[in-house]
Amino acid sequence: MNKIIKMADPIAEKLAEWAAENSCETIFDRAARMKPCPIGMEGACCRMCHMGPCRLVGRNEEKLKGICGADIDVVVARNFLRMVSGGTAAHSDHARDLVFTLLSVARGETKDFQIRDKRKLLSVAMAMGINHPVIAELLSDNRATEGDYDPAPWEVARVTEKEILEIAELVALKHLEQFGQQTGELIYLKRAPKGTYDRWEKYNLKPRGVDREITEAMHRTTMGVDQDVNSLMEHVLRVGLVDGWGGCLVASDISDILFGIAEPVRSKGNLAVLKDNEVNIIIHGHEPALANVIVDIHTDPEIVAYAKSKGAQGINLAGMCCTANEILVRRGVPSAGSFLEQELAIMTGIVDAMVVDVQCIQPAVIDASKRFHTKVVTTSYKAHLTGAVHIEFDEHEARDVAVRVVKLAIDNYANRTGKGMSISDLGSDLKAAAPENAVVGFSREYFSYMQGGTFRRSFRPLNDAIMAGRVRGTAGVAACHHPGTVGASMQRYLIQELVKNDFFVVVAGCAGHAAVQMGYATPETAFIHSGPGMREVCEATGMPPVMHIGACVDTARVLMIRTLMATTGGLSPEMSGMPSIAFAPEWWSEKALAIGTYFVASGSTVIFGGESPVKASKQVTDIIENKWQNTVGAAFFFEPDPEKMLQKGIEWVDMRREQLGLPKYQPGRFKKERKLMDMADRRAIDKAKAHIGI
Amino acid sequence: MSKLIASAAIRGSHHIYNKTYRMLLETIRDKGEDYVFEFPDTAYYLPMIYAITGRAARTLKDMKDVLDENKGLLHEAPSEHLWKPYLGECLDAGMLTLFAEEIYMALRYIQGLEPAVDPETGYVYNGFITDTIQRYLGIQLVDGTMPGFVAVIGAAPDDDTAVRIIRELQEKNILIFLSSHVNGNSVTKQLMRKGIELGWDTRIVPVGPDTEHTIYPLNWSIRASTIFGGYKGGDFKRNLKYTKDRVFAFALVLGELDDMKWANGAGAINMGYPAICDTDVPVIHPTGVTIYEEVDKEFDHSKIVQKAIEVRGLKIIVEKPPIPVAYGPAFEGERIRKEDTFIEFGGQRTPAFELVRTRELNEVEDGKVLIVGDNWQELYEKGGQMPLGIVIDVAGRKMQKDFESIIERKIHHNTNEGQGIWHMGQRDVNWVRISNAAKQAGFTLEHIGLIHTTMTRKRFHAIVDKAQVTIYTNEADVLRIRQEARTAYNERDQRLGSLTDESVETFYSCLLCQSFAPSHVCVISPERLGLCGAYNWLDGKAAYELDPTGGNQPIQKGESLDTKYGRYSGVDEYLKKASGGAVETLNLYTIMENPMTSCGCFECIVAIIPEANGVMVVQRGHTGMTPIGMKFSTLAGTVGGGAQTPGFMGIGVNFINSKKFLTGDGGIKRIAWMTKSLKERVGDLFKQRALEAGVPDLLDKIADETICEDSEKLLEYLSSIGHPVLEMDPII
Repeated sequence: MNKIIKMADPIAEKLAEWAAENSCETIFDRAARMKPCPIGMEGACCRMCHMGPCRLVGRNEEKLKGICGADIDVVVARNFLRMVSGGTAAHSDHARDLVFTLLSVARGETKDFQIRDKRKLLSVAMAMGINHPVIAELLSDNRATEGDYDPAPWEVARVTEKEILEIAELVALKHLEQFGQQTGELIYLKRAPKGTYDRWEKYNLKPRGVDREITEAMHRTTMGVDQDVNSLMEHVLRVGLVDGWGGCLVASDISDILFGIAEPVRSKGNLAVLKDNEVNIIIHGHEPALANVIVDIHTDPEIVAYAKSKGAQGINLAGMCCTANEILVRRGVPSAGSFLEQELAIMTGIVDAMVVDVQCIQPAVIDASKRFHTKVVTTSYKAHLTGAVHIEFDEHEARDVAVRVVKLAIDNYANRTGKGMSISDLGSDLKAAAPENAVVGFSREYFSYMQGGTFRRSFRPLNDAIMAGRVRGTAGVAACHHPGTVGASMQRYLIQELVKNDFFVVVAGCAGHAAVQMGYATPETAFIHSGPGMREVCEATGMPPVMHIGACVDTARVLMIRTLMATTGGLSPEMSGMPSIAFAPEWWSEKALAIGTYFVASGSTVIFGGESPVKASKQVTDIIENKWQNTVGAAFFFEPDPEKMLQKGIEWVDMRREQLGLPKYQPGRFKKERKLMDMADRRAIDKAKAHIGI
Repeated sequence: MSKLIASAAIRGSHHIYNKTYRMLLETIRDKGEDYVFEFPDTAYYLPMIYAITGRAARTLKDMKDVLDENKGLLHEAPSEHLWKPYLGECLDAGMLTLFAEEIYMALRYIQGLEPAVDPETGYVYNGFITDTIQRYLGIQLVDGTMPGFVAVIGAAPDDDTAVRIIRELQEKNILIFLSSHVNGNSVTKQLMRKGIELGWDTRIVPVGPDTEHTIYPLNWSIRASTIFGGYKGGDFKRNLKYTKDRVFAFALVLGELDDMKWANGAGAINMGYPAICDTDVPVIHPTGVTIYEEVDKEFDHSKIVQKAIEVRGLKIIVEKPPIPVAYGPAFEGERIRKEDTFIEFGGQRTPAFELVRTRELNEVEDGKVLIVGDNWQELYEKGGQMPLGIVIDVAGRKMQKDFESIIERKIHHNTNEGQGIWHMGQRDVNWVRISNAAKQAGFTLEHIGLIHTTMTRKRFHAIVDKAQVTIYTNEADVLRIRQEARTAYNERDQRLGSLTDESVETFYSCLLCQSFAPSHVCVISPERLGLCGAYNWLDGKAAYELDPTGGNQPIQKGESLDTKYGRYSGVDEYLKKASGGAVETLNLYTIMENPMTSCGCFECIVAIIPEANGVMVVQRGHTGMTPIGMKFSTLAGTVGGGAQTPGFMGIGVNFINSKKFLTGDGGIKRIAWMTKSLKERVGDLFKQRALEAGVPDLLDKIADETICEDSEKLLEYLSSIGHPVLEMDPII
């Protein structure tokens, strides 16, 4: 009999098997039972009022109307807008909480957080044009910024602590203002390349304020308001831009300021990171604030002594889902796994506490925990879970909260029942997977640095490599981990093929877990699996061919990476012209759709896996696949077949290469026009086109 | 693989950082941390540190601060497995190496160990390279006669190979710096053993025996950006982009590499300079930090120079006449001593002259060399001394009589660029020597003619369609035709004297420097030559004929808007365009309001001395103090980069004798102080101008450095001697 593989990671798979054998229900069982509703899946079910719900199915398209008369296109568009708005609300609310934390730090109201990355604070303040003498000085003509606004180390050192706090307060207040802003435009939009910004202006897509656009989306979609498909889909883009430039990028920036920008760290990721003899605490969810304080205190001698007094050898932290990514890329804390591994982790029987905050927490963890000793601890006032212990997080007393959480886990260590498939039950070959197996943590700042050091940091080498054909294009693989896909196979397949095809690959969110678990986030991978061009690039820089940039909100780093590729020159002056593609093969969350939308609205074509949530409407499908190409220069595709996804992505990138006049990609054949310069050429340097490599 | 390079460079950076730090602490113990140090003749402190970080390091404490502040650039070497990216870290290590080496060399200067001396031969290396050299080489850097620089590191496998590589570099006009060694052997020593002449004249400059000395050419080349580019210290992005885009330097690494060599290589790559090695090193081909490959290898020594030039993206056009000796500007500075001389002509020993004449097209047979003289071959073979008359007849549809002097001035370069051929003077005071070595190589009198037919055609291809040379060796012929020549010289001088700014409608721009100083524009009028001293109005005119889209463009001077200050509508319009809006308007005859901008390679600086109500003039190379309390090098730092600085201006020496010199401010009577050497150079013509100005003894009234070097004494002197400047209207 053919066995259905649930998880590609051998340790997770063993646990899934153990769960099945021991009648512990998991997400895989529920997914097998609960087939998706075919009407809702295509976007054809309208629940905007209670005259229905109306299901718009049937062959006669003209008669496909709800009770109110809404046609299939309007129904599909409204559903899509609501999903994107849900995701956008999640990301921007995440950002808002971080901004409040920054404000508390700036005002000296909390001692438990600091400005860890002053350079990032100054760089953000410069990008926002914050009105402070230090920023004015940094922005003066004394120094070229070339769009990255990164002050030099000695410039950062010259800024006093007092000035740092003043600037932090101004940054926080300015960001807070963005949420409630009623008119004008989001301040971050101007960070995009001019060509991209001009398209937003031309097509009236610039969001006015974060909350306003989300609220308006809810209003537009309620019964009897916006009932024109084009008008609705325009607002989809507007809300998408809120998610990217008013939510995710803000969250990413503020996290960098508070917790430090990501720089490569060695770490490991899978369930084998759990330890038999230590207090295992899994930090699960999405927000980095409490997680970072727990990381800070878990090595505190007093806490460690307390753990020892309870019979444990120490405290072992492991991340899960996107909180894992937050503390993995910034702090090197090992990751236990992705969204799909939350129940499996509990089934080891050695997780003493699972601390959760917001987003992607399956209520099923409560059921699972009941069979073991694990305590599930909710920490957000807005995310309660029946059956969990609630210890509410407050940034003003973050350390106290963290201590209570950790002590609760320590106290629970003695309650282990011996049930579950503990790590010591794994075969020795699987235990061997426990050593460090990844180099992760790539921020926009480190990408620049990686290509030229402190003084020559830029995206010139990447652009050059794309132009020469060493790198075929850039690709992102991100978003969720779907229980309906066999063992993350779509993510794994795409990552593997993109690497083989000389793509510069970044991963984020749960796709990051897949890359780590499949062993592709190591520099050695380049010598085994990369195409000949990327192999040279990896050899020159020392980077792994697949780079983990962080949590799903950190996908916004790609916005800045593409912006810098555009401003560096030689490729396209705007994001939409880049030979770049992004995949969300196993998406299921509204947040993924929001991310996909801001990618497209910012000019980056995305290909999502699975069935299209707008499949029921030919018109909406035409808008996202074709019409958006004319306005924002990018398309939103849904494609269930992974091979076709890959093919479509590669064709898109090759088309862009051709449009840019770049040589056709041929593995191992690199062409860089060698222009030998005489004196006349040198006098004309400033007028020269960037494609000669200047 | 490149991980090896990164590991080595990072280890090297730790080594030099720690070594320098220890030495610095010792020096601070000896001298105290407020001890002030300056490299000789530079306005840029420790130039690399200044250009990158903006810190003007003057004292030992400053140096310590630099090392402390930049400690973050020290990184861990990449691990064996699961390594983290290393390129950025490697480049940081390289830059830190340059900072540390710069301080290390400063400390060696303090201890009297620099410039280094070879213990065996007593040879004194160049050591630190001054700002003056940069400015002095200015025009050659921009007109293509010195298109690139190489740092040759280490030692060739044998002496002959070293000589071959160096000769090839010289023939390609590349300025050569030598440093470092392989087990004690070095290219410097190899060349010395082979009796090759070293020094600035031959463009082979040994800077020091160790790898650490490589900082000298590097911190010299970064000054091109601060001097000519006008970029500020601390603007590291622009400064390093400048070196990458405009300074065509590269390293040839001969022999095995060690950590320090790699660390210097990583420093140089920051500046955009690639390295080409003759050993089996890992290569780095992906581009972007450097324009092409970062590190490459070539085992064949006959191909390594060509390979290096291609890797740096350098186009070199070598123009060589068919003669049996090497040829190129690198040989121009070569001296031929008396005992090495086979034969000589002119130089007060025999009658000689040289003349260019315009002829009709049908009167000239292109490429023909005619030697007129009794037994000339026999006499030449005997060596010693001979009379020599050189007449170059040129013809061309676009040839104008005005261009004769331009073509004639090139006789000097044409001749001197031959290896073993030497030329000095001009017109009827010329002096030519041919060395024994050149004679042995088969050089004959005919070759002198061939040099001129070939090079005249090549240099002036758009003007000269045909060139023919006649050489006279009979004394009677030489004396007779010299009379004809003297008449021609006189006519030319009179024509030149009659050329005034008012008498022409067209001025010329000079944008040659824009390859180095992108926003600077020179305006050349008949009475004001370019500030480098190399281009006058006729040069501009000829250059425009030669290349209508080239670096010299006609400016219709337009309407005179201000006669006193020399402001013209056409000049203003042109400037706005050519400077990219940086300069709006220009006054040709004043220093006080919208004066001419400077690229950086001016011969002299004029600066006002407010207390004296006048100006001073100082030439580059003058290392002493001036009455305004700044040395030339410091002063120069405030004038270059294409900016208008009222009260300060770069000029060519000959402008001092122009009737238009600061006429808006009162003319030469404003000169209160001028260096002795300049006073000697301006000489009789200046006295003539002084007479015209009504102060015949003006030159004697002008103070110089033997009289005073500060403004207080200057004022005393001026009033004691009754200098007219004190009676003039206030200059401010």
